[in-house]
Amino acid sequence: MNVTINGTAHELPQGATVALAVRRLTETMSGVAVAVNDEVVSRGAWDSTPLAEADRVEVLTAVQGG
Amino acid sequence: MIQDTLTDAGDDLVLGGEKFSSRLIMGTGGAPSLEVLEQALVASGTELTTVAMRRLDPAARGSVLDVLRGRGIKVLPNTAGCFTAGEAVLTARLAREALETNWVKLEVISDERTLLPDPIETFDAAERLVADGFVVLPYIGDDPALARRLEQAGCAAVMPLGAPIGSGLGIRNPHNIELIVEASGVPVILDAGIGTASDAALAMELGCDAVLLATAVTRARRPDLMAGAMRQAVVAGRMARAAGRIPRRRYAEASSPMTP
Repeated sequence: MNVTINGTAHELPQGATVALAVRRLTETMSGVAVAVNDEVVSRGAWDSTPLAEADRVEVLTAVQGG
Repeated sequence: MIQDTLTDAGDDLVLGGEKFSSRLIMGTGGAPSLEVLEQALVASGTELTTVAMRRLDPAARGSVLDVLRGRGIKVLPNTAGCFTAGEAVLTARLAREALETNWVKLEVISDERTLLPDPIETFDAAERLVADGFVVLPYIGDDPALARRLEQAGCAAVMPLGAPIGSGLGIRNPHNIELIVEASGVPVILDAGIGTASDAALAMELGCDAVLLATAVTRARRPDLMAGAMRQAVVAGRMARAAGRIPRRRYAEASSPMTP
Protein backbone atom coordinates (compact mmCIF):
# COMPACT_ATOMS: atom_id res chain seq x y z
CA MET A 1 0.00 0.00 0.00
CA ASN A 2 1.05 3.60 -0.53
CA VAL A 3 1.48 6.03 2.33
CA THR A 4 3.11 9.42 2.63
CA ILE A 5 5.91 9.77 5.17
CA ASN A 6 7.09 13.33 5.78
CA GLY A 7 5.72 14.37 2.42
CA THR A 8 7.37 11.58 0.42
CA ALA A 9 5.50 8.61 -1.09
CA HIS A 10 6.47 5.20 0.35
CA GLU A 11 5.35 1.69 -0.56
CA LEU A 12 4.73 -0.39 2.59
CA PRO A 13 3.48 -3.97 2.94
CA GLN A 14 -0.17 -4.53 3.85
CA GLY A 15 -0.68 -4.36 7.60
CA ALA A 16 2.43 -2.21 8.12
CA THR A 17 2.44 -0.40 11.44
CA VAL A 18 3.45 3.10 12.49
CA ALA A 19 6.64 1.57 13.93
CA LEU A 20 7.64 0.27 10.48
CA ALA A 21 7.06 3.69 8.93
CA VAL A 22 9.28 5.32 11.55
CA ARG A 23 12.04 2.77 10.85
CA ARG A 24 11.99 3.82 7.19
CA LEU A 25 13.54 7.08 8.42
CA THR A 26 15.46 6.31 11.59
CA GLU A 27 16.41 3.66 14.09
CA THR A 28 16.69 6.31 16.81
CA MET A 29 13.34 6.38 18.54
CA SER A 30 14.13 8.84 21.33
CA GLY A 31 13.15 12.46 20.79
CA VAL A 32 10.77 11.50 17.97
CA ALA A 33 6.99 11.91 17.71
CA VAL A 34 4.51 10.71 15.11
CA ALA A 35 1.19 11.98 13.79
CA VAL A 36 -0.98 10.02 11.37
CA ASN A 37 -3.50 12.16 9.49
CA ASP A 38 -2.91 15.00 12.01
CA GLU A 39 -3.53 12.84 15.11
CA VAL A 40 -0.68 12.06 17.50
CA VAL A 41 0.12 8.34 17.87
CA SER A 42 1.85 7.85 21.20
CA ARG A 43 5.10 5.88 21.25
CA GLY A 44 3.55 2.97 23.13
CA ALA A 45 1.03 2.46 20.33
CA TRP A 46 3.43 2.49 17.36
CA ASP A 47 3.75 -1.31 17.22
CA SER A 48 0.01 -1.91 17.43
CA THR A 49 -1.28 0.84 15.13
CA PRO A 50 -1.72 -0.32 11.52
CA LEU A 51 -1.52 2.11 8.64
CA ALA A 52 -4.08 2.33 5.85
CA GLU A 53 -3.80 3.23 2.18
CA ALA A 54 -3.07 6.95 1.62
CA ASP A 55 -2.32 7.67 5.28
CA ARG A 56 -0.19 10.75 5.90
CA VAL A 57 2.54 10.00 8.43
CA GLU A 58 4.54 12.84 9.97
CA VAL A 59 7.70 11.98 11.94
CA LEU A 60 9.01 14.98 13.85
CA THR A 61 11.96 15.75 16.06
CA ALA A 62 13.49 18.78 17.78
CA VAL A 63 15.76 21.05 15.75
CA GLN A 64 17.45 24.40 16.32
CA GLY A 65 14.89 27.17 16.26
CA GLY A 66 13.18 29.97 18.09
CA MET B 1 25.02 45.02 55.34
CA ILE B 2 25.85 46.24 51.86
CA GLN B 3 24.20 44.11 49.22
CA ASP B 4 25.68 44.30 45.76
CA THR B 5 23.79 41.41 44.23
CA LEU B 6 20.28 40.00 44.42
CA THR B 7 21.33 36.38 44.42
CA ASP B 8 21.93 36.15 48.18
CA ALA B 9 18.35 37.21 48.77
CA GLY B 10 17.02 34.30 46.69
CA ASP B 11 15.82 35.84 43.47
CA ASP B 12 14.75 32.83 41.45
CA LEU B 13 12.42 33.09 38.49
CA VAL B 14 9.38 30.93 39.26
CA LEU B 15 7.80 29.73 36.04
CA GLY B 16 5.21 27.00 35.74
CA GLY B 17 5.94 25.97 39.32
CA GLU B 18 9.68 25.51 38.66
CA LYS B 19 12.54 27.68 39.87
CA PHE B 20 15.30 29.08 37.66
CA SER B 21 18.27 31.06 38.93
CA SER B 22 18.93 32.43 35.41
CA ARG B 23 16.45 34.90 33.95
CA LEU B 24 17.89 34.56 30.47
CA ILE B 25 15.98 32.12 28.26
CA MET B 26 17.80 31.26 25.06
CA GLY B 27 16.63 30.29 21.61
CA THR B 28 18.71 28.08 19.37
CA GLY B 29 17.93 29.42 15.89
CA GLY B 30 20.58 30.96 13.69
CA ALA B 31 23.74 29.40 15.15
CA PRO B 32 26.30 28.43 12.49
CA SER B 33 27.00 25.09 14.18
CA LEU B 34 26.07 23.04 17.24
CA GLU B 35 29.56 23.67 18.66
CA VAL B 36 29.14 27.46 18.47
CA LEU B 37 25.65 27.13 19.92
CA GLU B 38 26.88 25.04 22.84
CA GLN B 39 29.62 27.55 23.69
CA ALA B 40 27.08 30.38 23.59
CA LEU B 41 24.55 28.53 25.76
CA VAL B 42 27.19 27.80 28.37
CA ALA B 43 28.38 31.42 28.36
CA SER B 44 24.79 32.65 28.71
CA GLY B 45 24.21 30.66 31.89
CA THR B 46 20.72 29.79 30.64
CA GLU B 47 18.69 27.02 32.26
CA LEU B 48 15.80 27.02 29.77
CA THR B 49 16.17 26.97 25.99
CA THR B 50 13.77 26.69 23.07
CA VAL B 51 13.81 24.20 20.21
CA ALA B 52 11.56 23.91 17.16
CA MET B 53 9.79 20.78 15.91
CA ARG B 54 10.43 19.76 12.30
CA ARG B 55 10.24 16.71 10.08
CA LEU B 56 12.99 14.26 10.97
CA ASP B 57 15.90 14.50 8.54
CA PRO B 58 17.64 11.09 8.31
CA ALA B 59 20.80 12.81 7.06
CA ALA B 60 21.07 15.19 10.03
CA ARG B 61 24.19 14.79 12.15
CA GLY B 62 24.19 15.72 15.83
CA SER B 63 21.19 16.95 17.75
CA VAL B 64 20.36 20.11 19.58
CA LEU B 65 18.63 17.89 22.14
CA ASP B 66 21.89 16.12 22.94
CA VAL B 67 23.55 19.50 23.53
CA LEU B 68 20.81 20.69 25.89
CA ARG B 69 20.58 17.43 27.80
CA GLY B 70 24.37 17.19 28.05
CA ARG B 71 24.44 20.64 29.66
CA GLY B 72 21.46 20.08 31.94
CA ILE B 73 19.37 22.78 30.23
CA LYS B 74 15.60 22.34 30.31
CA VAL B 75 14.09 22.02 26.83
CA LEU B 76 11.27 24.38 25.88
CA PRO B 77 9.64 23.31 22.60
CA ASN B 78 8.02 26.02 20.53
CA THR B 79 5.43 26.03 17.79
CA ALA B 80 7.49 28.14 15.40
CA GLY B 81 6.28 27.94 11.82
CA CYS B 82 2.61 27.51 12.73
CA PHE B 83 0.04 29.87 11.18
CA THR B 84 -3.15 28.48 12.76
CA ALA B 85 -4.30 27.37 16.20
CA GLY B 86 -4.85 23.86 14.88
CA GLU B 87 -1.27 23.55 13.64
CA ALA B 88 0.08 24.91 16.91
CA VAL B 89 -1.98 22.52 19.05
CA LEU B 90 -0.82 19.51 17.00
CA THR B 91 2.81 20.68 17.13
CA ALA B 92 2.61 21.13 20.91
CA ARG B 93 1.17 17.64 21.32
CA LEU B 94 3.93 16.16 19.13
CA ALA B 95 6.54 18.03 21.16
CA ARG B 96 5.04 16.69 24.39
CA GLU B 97 5.29 13.18 22.97
CA ALA B 98 8.82 13.57 21.58
CA LEU B 99 10.40 15.54 24.41
CA GLU B 100 8.35 14.39 27.40
CA THR B 101 7.50 17.89 28.55
CA ASN B 102 4.13 19.59 28.83
CA TRP B 103 5.72 23.03 28.48
CA VAL B 104 5.29 24.91 25.23
CA LYS B 105 6.26 28.31 23.92
CA LEU B 106 3.16 29.05 21.87
CA GLU B 107 4.02 30.91 18.69
CA VAL B 108 1.44 31.42 15.95
CA ILE B 109 2.59 33.86 13.31
CA SER B 110 0.44 35.89 10.95
CA ASP B 111 2.71 36.25 7.90
CA GLU B 112 6.23 35.44 6.81
CA ARG B 113 7.33 39.01 6.15
CA THR B 114 6.84 40.35 9.68
CA LEU B 115 6.55 37.08 11.63
CA LEU B 116 4.25 39.05 13.95
CA PRO B 117 2.10 36.87 16.22
CA ASP B 118 -1.56 36.38 15.27
CA PRO B 119 -3.54 37.30 18.41
CA ILE B 120 -6.76 35.47 17.46
CA GLU B 121 -5.11 32.15 16.59
CA THR B 122 -2.76 32.47 19.57
CA PHE B 123 -5.61 32.96 22.02
CA ASP B 124 -7.60 30.08 20.53
CA ALA B 125 -4.59 27.75 20.75
CA ALA B 126 -3.79 28.90 24.30
CA GLU B 127 -7.26 28.01 25.55
CA ARG B 128 -7.09 24.56 23.95
CA LEU B 129 -3.58 23.83 25.25
CA VAL B 130 -4.36 24.98 28.81
CA ALA B 131 -7.42 22.68 28.75
CA ASP B 132 -5.13 19.87 27.59
CA GLY B 133 -2.81 20.32 30.60
CA PHE B 134 0.03 22.27 28.99
CA VAL B 135 2.16 24.93 30.66
CA VAL B 136 1.57 27.59 28.01
CA LEU B 137 3.99 30.46 27.39
CA PRO B 138 2.48 32.55 24.57
CA TYR B 139 4.48 34.86 22.30
CA ILE B 140 2.38 37.98 21.69
CA GLY B 141 2.52 41.56 20.50
CA ASP B 142 3.08 44.27 23.11
CA ASP B 143 -0.66 44.36 23.82
CA PRO B 144 -1.69 44.78 27.48
CA ALA B 145 -5.30 43.73 26.81
CA LEU B 146 -4.30 40.48 25.12
CA ALA B 147 -1.75 39.77 27.86
CA ARG B 148 -4.50 40.09 30.47
CA ARG B 149 -6.84 37.82 28.54
CA LEU B 150 -4.15 35.15 28.17
CA GLU B 151 -3.38 35.28 31.88
CA GLN B 152 -7.10 34.83 32.61
CA ALA B 153 -7.11 31.89 30.19
CA GLY B 154 -4.54 30.16 32.39
CA CYS B 155 -1.22 30.83 30.66
CA ALA B 156 1.85 30.43 32.90
CA ALA B 157 3.49 33.59 31.54
CA VAL B 158 3.10 36.15 28.78
CA MET B 159 5.85 36.85 26.28
CA PRO B 160 5.41 40.22 24.57
CA LEU B 161 7.80 41.16 21.78
CA GLY B 162 10.15 44.10 21.89
CA ALA B 163 10.26 44.18 18.08
CA PRO B 164 9.84 41.66 15.25
CA ILE B 165 11.77 38.38 15.48
CA GLY B 166 15.37 38.72 14.40
CA SER B 167 15.04 42.47 13.76
CA GLY B 168 17.40 43.59 16.52
CA LEU B 169 15.33 46.78 16.84
CA GLY B 170 15.18 46.59 20.64
CA ILE B 171 12.07 47.53 22.60
CA ARG B 172 9.94 49.71 20.32
CA ASN B 173 7.21 50.44 22.87
CA PRO B 174 8.61 50.46 26.40
CA HIS B 175 5.40 52.09 27.65
CA ASN B 176 3.28 49.09 26.65
CA ILE B 177 5.78 46.68 28.18
CA GLU B 178 5.48 48.63 31.46
CA LEU B 179 1.67 48.47 31.25
CA ILE B 180 1.82 44.69 30.78
CA VAL B 181 4.22 44.33 33.72
CA GLU B 182 2.05 46.49 36.01
CA ALA B 183 -1.07 44.47 35.37
CA SER B 184 0.36 40.97 35.11
CA GLY B 185 0.03 38.33 37.79
CA VAL B 186 2.18 35.89 35.82
CA PRO B 187 5.81 36.34 34.75
CA VAL B 188 6.40 38.68 31.80
CA ILE B 189 9.14 37.51 29.46
CA LEU B 190 10.41 39.97 26.86
CA ASP B 191 10.67 37.93 23.69
CA ALA B 192 12.04 38.95 20.29
CA GLY B 193 13.68 42.10 19.03
CA ILE B 194 16.67 42.20 21.36
CA GLY B 195 19.71 43.50 19.45
CA THR B 196 22.37 43.96 22.07
CA ALA B 197 23.02 43.89 25.80
CA SER B 198 21.48 47.29 26.59
CA ASP B 199 18.14 46.09 25.14
CA ALA B 200 18.13 43.12 27.53
CA ALA B 201 19.02 45.38 30.46
CA LEU B 202 16.19 47.76 29.52
CA ALA B 203 13.69 44.90 29.46
CA MET B 204 14.61 44.00 33.01
CA GLU B 205 14.64 47.68 34.12
CA LEU B 206 11.07 47.96 32.80
CA GLY B 207 10.14 45.16 35.19
CA CYS B 208 10.14 42.09 32.96
CA ASP B 209 10.81 38.86 34.83
CA ALA B 210 13.01 37.34 32.13
CA VAL B 211 14.29 37.82 28.59
CA LEU B 212 14.20 35.37 25.70
CA LEU B 213 16.60 35.94 22.83
CA ALA B 214 18.44 34.03 20.14
CA THR B 215 19.49 35.95 17.04
CA ALA B 216 21.32 38.70 18.93
CA VAL B 217 23.65 36.00 20.21
CA THR B 218 23.71 33.36 17.49
CA ARG B 219 24.35 35.86 14.69
CA ALA B 220 26.78 38.06 16.62
CA ARG B 221 30.36 38.01 15.36
CA ARG B 222 31.32 36.34 18.66
CA PRO B 223 28.26 34.43 19.94
CA ASP B 224 29.95 33.27 23.15
CA LEU B 225 31.01 36.83 24.02
CA MET B 226 27.56 38.27 23.31
CA ALA B 227 25.98 35.48 25.36
CA GLY B 228 28.12 36.49 28.32
CA ALA B 229 27.15 40.13 27.77
CA MET B 230 23.46 39.20 27.76
CA ARG B 231 23.87 37.19 30.94
CA GLN B 232 25.34 40.18 32.74
CA ALA B 233 22.88 42.64 31.21
CA VAL B 234 19.90 40.68 32.50
CA VAL B 235 21.41 40.58 35.99
CA ALA B 236 22.29 44.30 35.85
CA GLY B 237 18.82 45.26 34.67
CA ARG B 238 17.22 43.17 37.39
CA MET B 239 19.39 44.80 40.04
CA ALA B 240 18.69 48.30 38.73
CA ARG B 241 14.95 47.61 38.79
CA ALA B 242 15.18 46.46 42.39
CA ALA B 243 17.42 49.38 43.35
CA GLY B 244 15.00 51.99 41.99
CA ARG B 245 15.76 54.40 39.21
CA ILE B 246 16.06 58.11 40.05
CA PRO B 247 13.35 60.28 38.50
CA ARG B 248 14.08 62.00 35.20
CA ARG B 249 14.34 65.79 35.63
CA ARG B 250 14.10 68.58 33.12
CA TYR B 251 16.92 70.58 34.72
CA ALA B 252 20.06 69.82 36.63
CA GLU B 253 19.95 69.03 40.29
CA ALA B 254 23.24 69.71 42.05
CA SER B 255 24.57 66.65 43.80
CA SER B 256 26.30 68.84 46.38
CA PRO B 257 25.16 72.15 47.96
CA MET B 258 25.67 75.22 45.73
CA THR B 259 25.90 77.69 48.63
CA PRO B 260 29.14 77.93 50.64
